[in-house]
Amino acid sequence: MRRAALALVATVVGLVLLLGFKTHSATSTASPPAAVSAPTGSGSSRSGSTSSPSGTGSGQSGGTAGQSGTAAGIKVTGSSVGTQYGPVQVQVTVANKKITAVTVLRYPTSTGRDQQINSYAVPVLKSETLSAQNANIDMVSGATYTSLGYIKSLQSALDQAGL
Amino acid sequence: MGTVVSFDLRDEVASTVLTDAVEWLHWVDRTFSTYRSESQISRLDRGELTAADCDADVRSVLALGSALAKASHGYFTVRPAGRLDPSGVVKGWAIERASDILRAGGSANHAVNGGGDIQLAGEAAPGQPWRVGIAHPHQPGELVTVVSGRDIAVATSGTAERGDHIVNPVTGRPATELASITLVGRDLTTVDAYATAAAAMGNAAREWVLELDGIAAFAVPAAGAPWWSADWAAVGSVPVAA
Repeated sequence: MRRAALALVATVVGLVLLLGFKTHSATSTASPPAAVSAPTGSGSSRSGSTSSPSGTGSGQSGGTAGQSGTAAGIKVTGSSVGTQYGPVQVQVTVANKKITAVTVLRYPTSTGRDQQINSYAVPVLKSETLSAQNANIDMVSGATYTSLGYIKSLQSALDQAGL
Repeated sequence: MGTVVSFDLRDEVASTVLTDAVEWLHWVDRTFSTYRSESQISRLDRGELTAADCDADVRSVLALGSALAKASHGYFTVRPAGRLDPSGVVKGWAIERASDILRAGGSANHAVNGGGDIQLAGEAAPGQPWRVGIAHPHQPGELVTVVSGRDIAVATSGTAERGDHIVNPVTGRPATELASITLVGRDLTTVDAYATAAAAMGNAAREWVLELDGIAAFAVPAAGAPWWSADWAAVGSVPVAA
């Protein structure tokens, strides 16, 4: 089952990349250090991700990350990730090594434009992450883009969940 | 380059293989990033380096960029905003090379996904091709088509929700005709750059993709019904109610 679990993480990460940056967002100037994360444990299938965010003012902030268990599954909260538009924090619910729910706890809402974007982007993030596990799909390709904060916070939650 | 790359390896290989691929991507980022003032590309743009001073890979990428610009009739450019920015070719090239590193290390079946631009090697499981869902640009959470195949590259380009991020280099105006266009071919270097060029071209890309050998296209216009190339049915599903 280890193999299945790791493959699932890769699928989820792949789907979350639906929201990854495309190239040519030409306004940024600073680049924070790149971060690498790899799954814990060993198995016959491996997955990992590496991110090199662009944009000013971005970077990890501590936030309140952690786990709590309920009968419905374990809730795992990712780190709060600072982005140029504001902090982003994702929580996943894991049951039997599957993600059963995704909650975006914090996302940028300080401007009308932020609200407009996130009213679109947040449901995409959630539905794509979840439908990955139901559809017979290995990866998703798409032209949307939004803050890397979603991905970094989700990855942090997945790392904590040991997925 | 401001993107996230994920790996999905379906064979048992030494963990150093994945480390090598990740280190390669970090080297590419240090060398080619336009966001890093000390990168070779930034220094080349400021005239602090000449092409001859740069790493051989930098010269190869710039040569690739010129070839792609020619093949796309100028719709692909390594100077999208006037300044030297080969990101449009570096991304696909770096991911394809990362896939080569994995393959050389014994990983015959894997996917490398950089922000939705994907190089796939081998197959998902014995006898089972990879399946890649293409996000519907107008219907969040829905797939507009599904690509299926072995040893393929898939790239999608189009307008983003945070403004129009692709400029038509021929007119200098934002490209808005296509909400998204997906190209499928063998190698991500050309597939990704061509997808960027096709998005800049708009609906005119429908004629242009006919010139491209071994590349199938599926597009969702900002207004109007999806269209696809004649060879699309060989790689992807066709909408039932198009």
